[in-house]
Amino acid sequence: MTDALLYGLAGAALAGAGTYGLLTAAGALGRILGFNILGGGVFLIFGAVARRGAGAGLAADPVPQALVITGIVVAFCATALAVALLLRLDAARAAPDQDDGEKRGEAP
Amino acid sequence: MSALLVLALTVPLIGLVPLLLLGPRAGERAALLFLVLGSGVSIAVGVVVVRTGHALEYFIAGLAPPLGIGLRADGFSAAMMGMCAVVLPLTAFYAMRAPGAPAARMPGAFFMLLLALSSALNLAFTAQDLFTLYVALELLTFAAVPLVCLDGKPGQLSAALTYLLFALFGSVLYLLGAVLIYGLFGTLDLAHISAALAKAPPGWSFGAALALMSAGLMAKAALFPLHLWLPAAHSGAPPAASTVLSAVVIKAPLFLLVRLWADLAPEPMAQAAAPLLAACGAGAILFCGVVTLAQERLKLLIAYSTAAQIGYLCLMFPLVAGTVPYWSALAWTGGTLHLASHAFSKAAMFMAAGLLAEVIGHDRLSGLRGAARVAPLSIAAFGIGGLSLMGLPPAGGFVAKVMLLTAALHQGAWWIALVVLAGGLLAGAYVLRVVVLALQRPDGDLPPQRECGWRAGIALALACGAVALGFLPLAPLGFLSIGRPIAWEGLAP
Repeated sequence: MTDALLYGLAGAALAGAGTYGLLTAAGALGRILGFNILGGGVFLIFGAVARRGAGAGLAADPVPQALVITGIVVAFCATALAVALLLRLDAARAAPDQDDGEKRGEAP
Repeated sequence: MSALLVLALTVPLIGLVPLLLLGPRAGERAALLFLVLGSGVSIAVGVVVVRTGHALEYFIAGLAPPLGIGLRADGFSAAMMGMCAVVLPLTAFYAMRAPGAPAARMPGAFFMLLLALSSALNLAFTAQDLFTLYVALELLTFAAVPLVCLDGKPGQLSAALTYLLFALFGSVLYLLGAVLIYGLFGTLDLAHISAALAKAPPGWSFGAALALMSAGLMAKAALFPLHLWLPAAHSGAPPAASTVLSAVVIKAPLFLLVRLWADLAPEPMAQAAAPLLAACGAGAILFCGVVTLAQERLKLLIAYSTAAQIGYLCLMFPLVAGTVPYWSALAWTGGTLHLASHAFSKAAMFMAAGLLAEVIGHDRLSGLRGAARVAPLSIAAFGIGGLSLMGLPPAGGFVAKVMLLTAALHQGAWWIALVVLAGGLLAGAYVLRVVVLALQRPDGDLPPQRECGWRAGIALALACGAVALGFLPLAPLGFLSIGRPIAWEGLAP
């Protein structure tokens, strides 16, 4: 078993676990965590692709590493946005003077 | 000339600076100015593409792909950019502070997000490598999610969170597909992948990559059966935000779906996958169409109608993958025309729903009786926009459906023809239900205030635009094929 294959399988296992969490978690926080695990798995698979370098015909390909860094930044921003939304949602639900979700079809 | 592509991405972003520096009142005007400038650039791109008959290309920093990032606008991209160039500034006008009004109609953040959307959409339409497209899709999501929860109500926030989670799941699936494609070809550039595909037929792993990317794009576009987030998100948002979300934001993933299956995938693979995509489209049209009929709120009705209408684009895949070039070009034109006319009519309908809610104070269908007396222009905009959704002549939606029907019948795909016709009937039922209610004698006293005339005029203009698309000469048949198949002319050996 080559190290690239090991990385790839580990990435696949993470992606599978993340997908399971994203689809089955009851709360939004669990789903956000699931998304992060899934993202981590995809980045690992990308690392394995870089190590194989098969497509580019190199021994090891540096391009995927640059892309993974961008991907991690994007995933981090997405997580921050999701957590911020979750916090606002909790605050809005706690506030007594807000109207509830049933009224959301009303004009503001 | 090719620098126009860079301007299309940067001009809206430059508009953010005055919005931040000048404060809300002057900033709104500056944002509008930059949106209009950006639209001018987009339309100029379309004019150049038509004039030269070639795709417009630009290599960022002079570095050619696969090392650098290339932007490219062909006829299809230019058509989509033109669609956004009309809808976005008109929505900004619609959301502007009324002259003399003390409070802003929409928070300053709305204009910020609108500018960001404009840039992200143009990037999605012109980027040519799978990773830049991923970034464009993420930018689009980050600009669209806050639009859903601008008022900060709990219902909006939970709809925005659901939307964000669906969109993130979609983008991770898309990224996984892109990673697999990189592993196969060592490049993410569409033109280079096409060239590699032409040399050797791809294996099952390329099909798996395309399937992953398509599933991701379907989640982002709210294509049946992944449409669950759309009605709550689009109906809960403020009217001006719903307008852009329904009219243009979901069009970017659909555009990429067409790029993948009609431009990139080799013919046998596209022919194998097309019935599946079309089945999703048919499910959207029939299932969401029936659910639309059961809605009791106007904005939810319009949102479900969006989930139904995007199905028409997917019906075009089996027809485009057909063997006779003329019929596939006709189906392609019909699908694109439907995309554009849906954008205009849906924008008009959401604007009209917003104006009605301002006058009547709610958007329950049961309270709409007699609304045509207080908001005649809004009801007219809703009705004329609905004309195009139903597919009645001479609207753009009619011409689009006739093209799809003709292509379907000539290729023997009778079930697609049946779905197109049934979808038209369903659309007719839900649009007429609203219009008939509004034209009835009112129950009790009507509210004293009237609709805001100039904003209803904007909605009416968009609705008439959807109808006017039906009068376009069949020239788009040639226009949409400009720049296909994907290849870099600047890199020609």
